[in-house]
Amino acid sequence: MKSTLFNMVAVLFTITLIASAGVGAVNMLTEDAIAEAKALATKEAVANVLPAFDNNEQSEQMIDDMPIKVYKAVKGNDVVGYAVESMTKNGFGGVIRLMVGFSPEGEILNVNVLEQAETPGLGTKMCDEGNALLSSIKGKNSGDVEFKVKKDGGELDALTAATISSRAYYDAVARAREAYWVACGGKASADGVSGATSTNKGSDAQKGGENE
Amino acid sequence: MELSYFAIIIGAIFVNNVVLAQFLGICPFLGVSSKVDTSLGMGAAVTFVMALTSIVAWAIQTYILVPLHIEYMQTIVFILVIAALVQMVEIILKKISPSLYQALGIFLPLITTNCAVLGVAILMIQKEFNLLQSFAYSVSTAIGFAVALVIFAGIRERLELDGVPAALKGIPIALITAAILAMAFMGFSGLV
Amino acid sequence: MPRKEAKMNKMQIVLSGILKNNPTFVLVLGMCPTLGTTTSAINGMGMGVATMAVLIMSNLVISLIKNFIPDKVRIPAFIVVIASFVTIIQMLMQAYVPSLYAALGVFIPLIVVNCIILGRAEAFASKNGPIDSILDGVGIGLGFTLALTAIGAVREVLGSGAIFGYSLGIADYMPLVFVLAPGAFFVLGYMMVLFNKLAKK
Repeated sequence: MKSTLFNMVAVLFTITLIASAGVGAVNMLTEDAIAEAKALATKEAVANVLPAFDNNEQSEQMIDDMPIKVYKAVKGNDVVGYAVESMTKNGFGGVIRLMVGFSPEGEILNVNVLEQAETPGLGTKMCDEGNALLSSIKGKNSGDVEFKVKKDGGELDALTAATISSRAYYDAVARAREAYWVACGGKASADGVSGATSTNKGSDAQKGGENE
Repeated sequence: MELSYFAIIIGAIFVNNVVLAQFLGICPFLGVSSKVDTSLGMGAAVTFVMALTSIVAWAIQTYILVPLHIEYMQTIVFILVIAALVQMVEIILKKISPSLYQALGIFLPLITTNCAVLGVAILMIQKEFNLLQSFAYSVSTAIGFAVALVIFAGIRERLELDGVPAALKGIPIALITAAILAMAFMGFSGLV
Repeated sequence: MPRKEAKMNKMQIVLSGILKNNPTFVLVLGMCPTLGTTTSAINGMGMGVATMAVLIMSNLVISLIKNFIPDKVRIPAFIVVIASFVTIIQMLMQAYVPSLYAALGVFIPLIVVNCIILGRAEAFASKNGPIDSILDGVGIGLGFTLALTAIGAVREVLGSGAIFGYSLGIADYMPLVFVLAPGAFFVLGYMMVLFNKLAKK
């Protein structure tokens, strides 16, 4: 076909129009399925970090301008734990999202990395079972932990050659703890958390939760 | 505490080098890297386009796609923006600075299909960088691209003079050279 | 007889994409996803299939509309068509295979700039009829998928001691470097040599 100006504009416009219509249509068709897939992934992640439960309530908070979701898991009439979907922007590859499970007493039950873009073979170890990061906080009472790696004068292990990733991981866990405290009505109400740490506002990983 | 600019820049140039660790922009890496001069030209052209793209793409994402809830159109919009931008740069450069156009001109059409440009635009949105961070990230990624390209071209210039087994000639030996170079760049990974 | 010959031709279109014009080992196109997504056989295969789907659809549509597109805006028009199909694939994968989508990451939207697709649109679909174009898409797509799966399998076995996710129980003795960046270049380089040696015979 000849390339007159009218031709070119008309054809490009038509193609773009049809293409966008097609993409829009597929978007409408898949929107629900995508939301469902995401919801299912969240549900699995919550189940992964908490003991069995039959129901959960969801709430959202903004901490440091980041949306943090808290899932309060209930079995019968008892609260069996809180799962917090937390995030950090300090990862080596940008955003890291993880799900942290807390018992009602404040114990860190498990951490599940939902999303990361760290260096393969180094930072990505944070996703492995029983990695250094997880095992240094798992089972500890969140009120007693200072989320600081050894390199920064803390007590927690870091991944080999991935200090930034490790710091980011603990940063996200610290933010999860903060959201957890808000969700369960302040840390004072969380049984088993010693009063000695209640002076900390815990606004970020570095300051949060000093050891007595 | 935001990820410091230092970490973004060093990370993008060395540790997560766009070519040797993230595998973006391999085609020009293998295609245009037989001479150091042309590599420098290509590197400069990519840096220029990436810097512009980062700003435009960030603005479009933040002020058009997100408010209208059509984030799913991202791929289409970004590739068209890059194509249009490259065209525009070509036209403007031709008018304003013919000498610069002489130097960079032949590389410009190749940039539209350089996946590093689109890749960086998508990645910086994914990493939720702000405008300044996006700009720093894009420019340092482009510098990382140029660094890899120039080093590689230097190696290939010498390789030309050596006896390479017939079966390995051309692309295969280039890939194996790249493998060794990538291994060297892995040494940076403890840096930050 | 002539009918049979025509059939052979169709067969040849497909076969040439796999062997004579193999996009990875012979044409050396689409290197970015080839290197970036082949950390395991499954990922390589997923990437190959996604690319093949886009390639077949874009080849078909471009061969249908080729006569209506003015020559000067050919490339932008092709890019719009390709980008639309990529976005559609992206959404479908997000909806139905979210974990694979997450594993392939940025390389799914980057199918847009995969030289294979634009290359086939330009070199084949814009000159041939819809059926031949589909077959060309199938052939080249299969060639790409097989190459990526093979590279992924080699890297998975050498690097993490597993194949298609099934552990061979030798993970501890395997050099991790093969799933990292250098391994990608290395394996591709040597497989290219091997392919060219075998294909020449």
